[in-house]
Amino acid sequence: MSVITVSILILGITGIIAAVVLYIVAKKFHVYENPDIARIEEILPGANCGACGFSGCHAFAKACAEAKSLEDLQCPGAGQEGMEQIAAIRGLTAGTLTRRVAIVGCNGACAYRHEATHYDGVRSCAIEAGYYGGETPCVYGCLGCGDCVSVCPHDAIAMDDETHLPVVDFSKCVGCGKCADACPHNVIEIATLSDEHPLVYVACRNKDKGGIAIKECDVSCIGCGKCKRACPVDNAVTVSEFLAHIDPALCIGCEKCVEECPRHSIHSLTV
Amino acid sequence: MKTFRIGGIHPAPDKITAGKLIVAVAPSGQLRILLSQSIGAPAKPVVKAGDTVLPGMMIAEAGGFVSAPVHSPCAGTVAKIEKIRNTKGLWQEAIIINVDEQADQNVPERPRTPEEIEALTADRLIGIISDAGIVGLGGATFPTRVKLSVPEGKKAEYIIINGAECEPYLTCDDAIMRIHATEIIRGAELLKRASGAEHIIVGIEANKPEAIDAMRQAAAQYAGVDVVKLKMKYPQGSEKQLIDSLTGRRVPPGKLPIDVGCIVDNVATAFAVYEAVYLGKPLTHRVLTVTGPEVADAGNFLVPFGLSLASIIDRAGGLPDDTGKVIAGGPMMGQAVADLDAPNAKGTSGILIIPAKMSERKPTGPCIRCAKCVDACCMGLEPYLLMTLAQNALWEEAKKHSAMSCLECGSCSFICPADRPILDFIKLAKSRIKAMK
Repeated sequence: MSVITVSILILGITGIIAAVVLYIVAKKFHVYENPDIARIEEILPGANCGACGFSGCHAFAKACAEAKSLEDLQCPGAGQEGMEQIAAIRGLTAGTLTRRVAIVGCNGACAYRHEATHYDGVRSCAIEAGYYGGETPCVYGCLGCGDCVSVCPHDAIAMDDETHLPVVDFSKCVGCGKCADACPHNVIEIATLSDEHPLVYVACRNKDKGGIAIKECDVSCIGCGKCKRACPVDNAVTVSEFLAHIDPALCIGCEKCVEECPRHSIHSLTV
Repeated sequence: MKTFRIGGIHPAPDKITAGKLIVAVAPSGQLRILLSQSIGAPAKPVVKAGDTVLPGMMIAEAGGFVSAPVHSPCAGTVAKIEKIRNTKGLWQEAIIINVDEQADQNVPERPRTPEEIEALTADRLIGIISDAGIVGLGGATFPTRVKLSVPEGKKAEYIIINGAECEPYLTCDDAIMRIHATEIIRGAELLKRASGAEHIIVGIEANKPEAIDAMRQAAAQYAGVDVVKLKMKYPQGSEKQLIDSLTGRRVPPGKLPIDVGCIVDNVATAFAVYEAVYLGKPLTHRVLTVTGPEVADAGNFLVPFGLSLASIIDRAGGLPDDTGKVIAGGPMMGQAVADLDAPNAKGTSGILIIPAKMSERKPTGPCIRCAKCVDACCMGLEPYLLMTLAQNALWEEAKKHSAMSCLECGSCSFICPADRPILDFIKLAKSRIKAMK
């Protein structure tokens, strides 16, 4: 027999034996998995962002397939529509989705906050923050290297070329919080949107005294307290360490503080 | 000639100011004295606005076990206690003193007689060193008292006096050794008594022949003091490397020099101990080198704490026109200064002014696995791997590969032919691993 025929025979027979062994092993060690899990996972975005509170999409799908009620299980990536589909698979009813998004708590664009030093190191906020307070005199604001952009699993955040601040695309953001964790200055926070009123938030983190904060940035919160006085709800706005805070649980979204703020550091957001 | 065994690099020494004397700078205008000048808790102020202070007076007490008191280097009035920017541009509490320029600015000496010094017990010596606010002046600012308090069950055999000064450009330790050799040896003798050690070894790199001669002459009067000439290699001035060079012992990862029977102190620290015990002077000034390729009057200066870096640079001929970066410390381990109005402190061993063309970072290339960083790492780590782990946020893995052993000498980044920012990422990994605990 020619070498070619022998080779084909040997390889062919080895292949057949291996296939038989693999078949037996696969049958013997078969693990039953609820078929719902795979069907649910198909509906999920597959970004493994963790916004649901589980370690990834598979873990969430497993939880959905096993849960007795879907009221507390939410995947903002799949949205209300997706959760309805999952509910249909399980024959249960879906809860109402809480809409959460990332908001940027710094509005100190380049035009308002001038460079005092130049950072030419690695383009990473975490590394820059390890060395010093940042290129501008404000040591609380956005560092502008885009760590939030690189961690976002939904491609929902981008750096603005002009302002050098991150901009959130609310049509894509699901509020998973990866950017908030990555930000070394805690500039980004996750806020819950309300159906009834706009989201009002302080877009500044500057804790310096008013006189200093005014010099550091043109749109910094100076802790003047005008927002607090304008607010019709008790304790919804507080000022501590020369910085205003808005309690989202108490805020009614009247936007009086937004109008009153002389520094334009309180913003309102309607998605 | 001796040197340490693993890794190391040979940067150009560039000791422009070698052989220069020490020029004293008088306090003037306003001194802004940081409360946090050492590792550990910041000091607590014991003066308030309006108080009159005299040179050498304690103005802040130690804020914990690992902390050191702070003394006024000048006569004047406390203007206020407020937050100012440090060299990193971050806010830190400081005591602001308006200097009374008419008054005598010399720190008064309260000398002890030889009999008094002879009678001091080890505890009393540590007390004097602690009260004088002495911290490690090599740059790490670890309170000297803590080093001398040998834990139970451990024994100090060697006091190692660090005169390696392996950082390029810096010459302040060289200057102190040339000019104050006898005082350093006396200070070392006191450290030996305070810790109960048996021997003193002074390690000096071979590029400082005058300092070696001066120290050998001074040491000849004392028994059990060795002055050892070391082969030049960076980072020889690092504690663990110097112990290896001089005694052949290795400090295990996560352990301290005292675990191998050694206490390492800088020559400037030994000099400060001499001044505190013999002359009764607390630590209010330090010698630092102001240098750079284009600095007009580069030199070694004896500077009171609290002067702004800008005013110290003025004493050295001012900031050259094409300055790109000002670095606090040496070029290898020092950090770029964010604000020149920031004051100098106990840890400021030098001010290095780099021209713009030299200060730019070079473009980064891909890692070609040449392993030069592995050869250069004096702790036997794999810097290229640690960098990759940090880039991928694998902090646990980085910890397993001993990222915490890195002493941040920068040899890996220095040697990398692709100019990769290896140390930047290892530093990031270290801070994340610390935060995990």
